[in-house]
Amino acid sequence: MEVRVLLFASYADAFGSPDLAVTLREGATVRELLAKVKELAVGHSLPPAPLIALNQEYAAPGDVVRAGDEVALIPPVAGG
Amino acid sequence: MHIAIVSHPIEPAALIAAVASDAHGATSLFLGTVRDVNDGRAVSGMDYTAYDAMASRELEKIAREAVERFDGVALAVEHRIGSLALGDVSVAIAAAHAHRAHALDATRFVIEQLKKRVPIWKREHYADGTLEWVDPAAKVSEGLTAMSPPQPPR
Repeated sequence: MEVRVLLFASYADAFGSPDLAVTLREGATVRELLAKVKELAVGHSLPPAPLIALNQEYAAPGDVVRAGDEVALIPPVAGG
Repeated sequence: MHIAIVSHPIEPAALIAAVASDAHGATSLFLGTVRDVNDGRAVSGMDYTAYDAMASRELEKIAREAVERFDGVALAVEHRIGSLALGDVSVAIAAAHAHRAHALDATRFVIEQLKKRVPIWKREHYADGTLEWVDPAAKVSEGLTAMSPPQPPR
């Protein structure tokens, strides 16, 4: 399945895009998704364990990504 | 409970009005404003951006936690996004309760949690014309303890 990953702030700048597409096997976890993202051209510039949100909630590495999920890569937050 | 991510100037008086009640003996207001220096560099302005839907959601979660923790405290929270100038209000939190301790503690709780968990980012404009995304965890030079990332729910 193909999953669209939303990018923000410094990550959007690094990838030069507000989102990217990743192909995953059915039942893939957040950990696998991150590994795929890191294989991309500028993926190595990400921190060792970037935060991922699934459907607007912070996700754990073992959470399963499903087709149609809203997936986002969350840079270090800096509100306030 | 009033929670919003806004792209217009924040009106603190409106937030105070939103939490007003004759049952309250204390109202606490926190304002975060754009400062002219950060980490030793002169700052001339700031761009804020957010993952809007998730930011509202996470902020609502924090507010619900505060209401539970501080005895039903009344809360109004707004965070502004877009381009802000020095002195502009970036975040405002109004908390009201029958007694001052809960009103004061709730404002502190909300701003600290907001800074740790809400997906909002800021890019500083420096006086020398350069731009940089702020990473609070990277600012060890100020002697701040690096903030731990938000913990997933399980």
